[in-house]
Amino acid sequence: MSSNHPTTLLAEITHRCPLHCPYCSNPLAMVGTRDELPTADWKRVLTQARELGVLQLGLSGGEPLVRGDVEELAAHAHQLGLYTTLVTSGVGLTRARATRLRDAGLEHIQVSFQDSDTATADEVAGMSAVPQKLAAAALVRELGFAFSVNVVLHRANLGRVGDIINLAAELGADRLELANTQYYGWALENRRALMPTPAQVAAADTIVEEAMRRHKGRMQIVYVLPDYHEQYPKPCYGGWGRFYLVVMPDGRTLPCHGATHITTLEFDSVRDRSLRWIWEESGAFQAFRGDEWMKEPCRSCSRKTIDFGGCRCQAFALTGDATNTDPVCTLTPLRALIDSAVQEASGPPSFQYRYLTLEPIADERAPGRG
Amino acid sequence: MSLGPSSVPALWRFARLDFDPVRQQRVLLYPEGVVLLNATGGAILDLCDGRRSIADIAAVLQERYRCDVTSDVIDYLSGLIERELVRVE
Repeated sequence: MSSNHPTTLLAEITHRCPLHCPYCSNPLAMVGTRDELPTADWKRVLTQARELGVLQLGLSGGEPLVRGDVEELAAHAHQLGLYTTLVTSGVGLTRARATRLRDAGLEHIQVSFQDSDTATADEVAGMSAVPQKLAAAALVRELGFAFSVNVVLHRANLGRVGDIINLAAELGADRLELANTQYYGWALENRRALMPTPAQVAAADTIVEEAMRRHKGRMQIVYVLPDYHEQYPKPCYGGWGRFYLVVMPDGRTLPCHGATHITTLEFDSVRDRSLRWIWEESGAFQAFRGDEWMKEPCRSCSRKTIDFGGCRCQAFALTGDATNTDPVCTLTPLRALIDSAVQEASGPPSFQYRYLTLEPIADERAPGRG
Repeated sequence: MSLGPSSVPALWRFARLDFDPVRQQRVLLYPEGVVLLNATGGAILDLCDGRRSIADIAAVLQERYRCDVTSDVIDYLSGLIERELVRVE
């Protein structure tokens, strides 16, 4: 059982997206349009989230703006007192919609950029979206939202991190999230192409540190470290089922957005259960709370209250056992898995793009046909 | 920048104070973050309006708590300034 109130809900309201980024955090098997929760269900989820203690809401996707009800959801969230962020590619953020979102009480918009270099940005997105992103950024700024730029970093753009920071500053961002790629799902499929070299990582560290000082007080820079190049794993969202929950487009509810990769867990849906029941009672949320589940070297390690053994999704993805220490940790022999992946990083990237591929549905076809 | 009695603190324009009825607690909300406030923290931040100096804020709180709180106010706000949630003119 949990004594914690969650603080943050990520509502992935759709998996549809015009972009095809090869590091997308959506699962490989995505949720199709017809399985998306309707507006009334999402409003119920937001109400239940607030009652459970959630204070921060991310309206995300996919591209959330492919749904026509983002304004209605933002208005409902605002009435509940939630601090709401729209996480968007910028594609589809027209002046009319941005104005309606502002009037609905939306407070913060994050616009993703793929690169400061347009050709590479197009290559990564699998489409030409830069003009729409620039227009969206200008609108967000003009209409007075808190404005974040977010950029996923990898081998093809890490060398331009200084230019990327300059781009965000020129756009007038209040915040810049520089997130080194985390290797789950699509990014794990593309790991060899995305993995930066240790020399790139070291050079970027220096540039980012200097920029943080230079922009302090005007643009806050949040730098998500490349965990494969670190000594210890990341404390995923402050520990499993402690502060954070994700509701997928079809209502399945996860302790982190990568959790569907742990195929040994089953995730309950807000279609069947209240959010409170899922948070407090469901097997998936209880699975890795506390430290009872831990093996050595975590169980007797003094860092277990700092990083909680690292990321369960990463442990499962790389070792097939979610109760193992996150292989990033240099205190486990599993670290060899990480070191060999870093050494494989070389050559020009060749991406496998994210497309909306659904799990095959056996009864889709009428019997006796085809 | 050194913080002293004449400094005039204000909340970051994208941060807002609220009361959370679930936790029965004051909270500071801002893009991608939450600070759960104790009663003293809430009382200090209520007075950070971009007009009052730290000396003014300490004077109001001194009236309430019957002791000199100037250094406590400076200590508390230094942490939030470091996190850029409070800005000083």
